[in-house]
Amino acid sequence: MSLRDKYQPVIGLEVHCQMLTISKAFVGDSAEFGDLPNTNVSVITLAHPGALPKANKTAVEFAMKIGLACGSEISRYNEYARKNYYYPDLPKGYQITQDKHPICIGGKVKIKLNDGSYREVQLNRIHMEEDAGKSIHIDGETDTLVDYNRAGVPLIEMVSEPDLFSSDEAYQFLTEVRKLVRYLEICDGNMEEGSLRCDANISVMLKGSKTLGKKVEVKNMNSIRNVQRAIEHEIDRQIDQLEKGETIISETRTFDAGTGKTASMRTKEEMNDYRYFPEPDLQPIIVSEEWLTNIRSAMPPLPNYLLDKFQKQYGLPEYDAYVLTDNKEIALFFEEICGKTTNYKAASNWVMGPVKSFLNELTLHIKDYPVTPAKLAELIELVDSRKVSHTAAQQTIYPEMLISPAKTPLQLAKELNILQDSNSDSLLPIIKSVLAEMPAKVAEYRGGKKGILGLFMGEVMRRSKGKADPKLASELVIKELDSIE
Amino acid sequence: MSIDKETIQKIAHLARLEFNEEKEAEMVKSMNRILDWMEVLNKVDTENVKPLTHMSAEVNVLRVDEIRPGLSHQEALLNAPKKDSDYFRVPKVLE
Repeated sequence: MSLRDKYQPVIGLEVHCQMLTISKAFVGDSAEFGDLPNTNVSVITLAHPGALPKANKTAVEFAMKIGLACGSEISRYNEYARKNYYYPDLPKGYQITQDKHPICIGGKVKIKLNDGSYREVQLNRIHMEEDAGKSIHIDGETDTLVDYNRAGVPLIEMVSEPDLFSSDEAYQFLTEVRKLVRYLEICDGNMEEGSLRCDANISVMLKGSKTLGKKVEVKNMNSIRNVQRAIEHEIDRQIDQLEKGETIISETRTFDAGTGKTASMRTKEEMNDYRYFPEPDLQPIIVSEEWLTNIRSAMPPLPNYLLDKFQKQYGLPEYDAYVLTDNKEIALFFEEICGKTTNYKAASNWVMGPVKSFLNELTLHIKDYPVTPAKLAELIELVDSRKVSHTAAQQTIYPEMLISPAKTPLQLAKELNILQDSNSDSLLPIIKSVLAEMPAKVAEYRGGKKGILGLFMGEVMRRSKGKADPKLASELVIKELDSIE
Repeated sequence: MSIDKETIQKIAHLARLEFNEEKEAEMVKSMNRILDWMEVLNKVDTENVKPLTHMSAEVNVLRVDEIRPGLSHQEALLNAPKKDSDYFRVPKVLE
């Protein structure tokens, strides 16, 4: 038994998502990422005396959307609160957030486990808050440089219960959260650029124990993979400490992606006491039934809904459904094809194969994909009606469609002269003449040497200049051979 | 309730302020005076009074999500004690 088997890790995640609003949470400064430093600022952002904030309606609605998507209870009474601390990236000396009245209470995120089953991870809450400015520390420089463009950009913070039990589950949870915010189009989910951030609270306890171990908070992971690595390292470190008879200190640690290790961040900052109190500058927000209904009715289809639909309604294997719903635009593209053909599996194969690899190779977004869903549906129909072979569709017509997206697959098949002959009236004379010219071989076949069927087929295909529908041709050849007296 | 030196030091740290011994003693006195006054207020029976968090009864004071020009880059940096052409400069935060 390894040491790992002796302990049960327990993990809770705090996920910050930067909202894709045009303007900031409490003022009309642009919320754009990447602009020149200190150009999207105002007296409110810079906390000039007397400046009063006003809440961005869209930011509130985005928070309602993620709550609805997670099945949270949406608070009818919302209040903002001040979280007080002094840091140069926070001009006001407090962050506007929510404390006693978060916009979303509870909720869950469905994750897929390693054994293929699903589990719902419980959320504690989702609340609204604002981002801080960006501090830039340059080696050798005596000052810290501060850019307040990001200060005041709206965030939601999703807080899970300590309901994740391995780094894999944390990985799945984050993947699902990122998928959700992208489907809802409320956050771009880019961890590398920091528009999605995650802090992990990690503890370990002896298996079967009822009391959670002391938790350690780990920060600064800039990818989902790094969250997983940080958790793995922290579990090992904590088990190691406990096995040595040492106790775990509740502290904040930072993850170093280079070494894969966490290190203590204990400074005087740890002495923080946020002294929350209601934000008097912002009036409470009351969510009416009508407002909530409007938001609910404007919700896009969510990944789990499509996952289910693709399997039940289109009869796709779970794997296909999973791959297709990974990205909303791809899922909707697939849906469009399915509106025009009933061969759902073929549609799935086209999207998962040629379409996705085209996008991957050229790192394109599906909106830049040249072929319309309707034309792909037509191509599927061409194969299904045996007007072209699957091979011809994939290797000859499809590449031409990418080059000339305005042309229909049928047009291209004609131009390329590869329309299959699925007409027995035109195939039969060819077959008859082939068999008539090879009496010896026919006799061999009839004598039991069924393997030489390929020989006749080859000849038929050659004489039809490759245009004979192979399936039909082979049926006809067999029928002819059997009927020769 | 009374405020001692230790509490003053803690509050001073949270506010990133530094006091010399003399100022510290002054703060202890001054803060205790405030708390004494609070003690007087505490005598009022507020049993059935809801906490007042906002001065007005208005709710849902919201703005449409659109850009309204704020300060220009130059205006923004104008009053900064230390700056360069792009950034506000503050004493180094990381050790």
